[in-house]
Amino acid sequence: MTEQTADLLKGNEALALAAIRYGCDGYFGYPITPQSEVLETLMAEAPWETTGMVVMQAESEPAAINMVYGGAACGRRVMTSSSGPGISLKQEGISYLAGAELPALIVNVMRGGPGLGTIQPSQADYFQAVKGGGHGDYRLIVLAPAGVQDMADFVSLAFDLAFAYRVPAMILADGAIGQMMEKVTLPPWRRRLTDAEIAERYPWAAVGKPASRSRNVLTSLELDQAVMERKSLALQERYARIEAAETRSEAYLTDDAEMLLVAFGSAARIYRKTVDLARQRGVRLGLLRPVTLWPFPTQAIARLVGQVTSVLVVELNAGQMVEDVRLAAGGRVPVEHYGRLGGVVFSPDEILEAALSQWNKTNRK
Amino acid sequence: MQNQRTIETLIAGFGGQGVLSAGKVLAFAALYGGREVSWMPSYGPEQRGGTANATVIVSRDAISSPIVSTFDAAILLNRQSVSKFAGSVRSGGLLVCDSSVADAAVARPGVDVLSVDAAAEAKAAGSARAATMVMLGVLIGRTQVVDPARVAESLRHVLPPRHHDLIDVNMRALRRGMAIAGS
Repeated sequence: MTEQTADLLKGNEALALAAIRYGCDGYFGYPITPQSEVLETLMAEAPWETTGMVVMQAESEPAAINMVYGGAACGRRVMTSSSGPGISLKQEGISYLAGAELPALIVNVMRGGPGLGTIQPSQADYFQAVKGGGHGDYRLIVLAPAGVQDMADFVSLAFDLAFAYRVPAMILADGAIGQMMEKVTLPPWRRRLTDAEIAERYPWAAVGKPASRSRNVLTSLELDQAVMERKSLALQERYARIEAAETRSEAYLTDDAEMLLVAFGSAARIYRKTVDLARQRGVRLGLLRPVTLWPFPTQAIARLVGQVTSVLVVELNAGQMVEDVRLAAGGRVPVEHYGRLGGVVFSPDEILEAALSQWNKTNRK
Repeated sequence: MQNQRTIETLIAGFGGQGVLSAGKVLAFAALYGGREVSWMPSYGPEQRGGTANATVIVSRDAISSPIVSTFDAAILLNRQSVSKFAGSVRSGGLLVCDSSVADAAVARPGVDVLSVDAAAEAKAAGSARAATMVMLGVLIGRTQVVDPARVAESLRHVLPPRHHDLIDVNMRALRRGMAIAGS
């Protein structure tokens, strides 16, 4: 068990190995392309023989998410992963996790939809991840990795945030990041928490009732509407704290930008190159990459909108995050969308064309 | 091409020809040589018999986009790949194609086109199944994208241990390819 190793790994493999190193207690999943290597890697590593981490292929996606619900209720660091169709099946369980205020990690390696769609990369589950997905007034903390290193690093970030706020967290990746290999440094090993440590750190957890306290009840059900409103307002207050403290974004060459690209995940990765190409053509393009899709970096975008003449939002979907960018821009500059659907991934040159065309349109007086 | 900081390569052919594995061999050789590297596969049903491809980018700098639409060098092993990707090789670039499909490759000004009878070369090296390694040898010989000495190490990682007896024949195939490339 070496501390730091640089290796060449698929995003899915890096995520699985990072989960073991983080001291994850359990993974419950069901195979689906393009994320099956998560479960395959965990099975090959057999962490139940080393760290004691449980790895289980459940009989279905709903079963997997409810195993996560049970593990999370016991204060364990538990996770599941899937792609669009499987994530849809898990929505009921995700809403229950949110309602019962349970921390857990859900990973969606997106493919093109709707329906069974295609197994090729897509970013069409943005709305599902960010705007609800399941029923009720709830939020997930949503992290968007832009490469394999992020797949390794976001496991600990997601778990840490989920436990800090008792809110489920999602890593929203896509098929390109799941399947590609890049150089990655895996995170350091951390030990799984002991039963005593869990009882001490998470007084809400169902770890067996000592005589010194009353029993812990973990449920999303509350039939007294006054109590339910109080609980709901408390949850909303917690979401406001998350928005204030945990919004993350990454700026690339925005200081002198005249035009702004906004993209997340693999798209943000590809368009760094577009920014470089545009600058070679004399157009001062900058890129803002939301790292957290919820909480959304509204302020960071609003600040940049003051200095640019237009914004182009590039997504592998029909136009989802663009709605949040438009809210942030507040109508001050035109915000356009460029997307490809059905699993088609655009090249840096294609986005350059779209950006230059918008630039010429905006600046032709 | 030897002086370029980044070399973007494509390997394309039928699923089962070792296209993704050859890409991995190249990628790990680059990793062991201390380079930045990305390997982006096609992962669809093409892996099960249609056309498969892998984009491998090797760089001295951080790699911005692992997905590109044009390439510095390409190995094209079947007719479908030639018609799809021959035009994607940049001017000044290298196109290595199998001689059985070379007639489909449009001669392009400024592109170094090498047509190789990979099956015959591989057979001469000791195994017809090492044909894709011959082609990789041509690409490495011509571009110096990785240090050939790193390839044996890479093969040890990419091939499962039960196939480590095949490392020698793969290295012989690689060296035949490099000889064809004139290095």
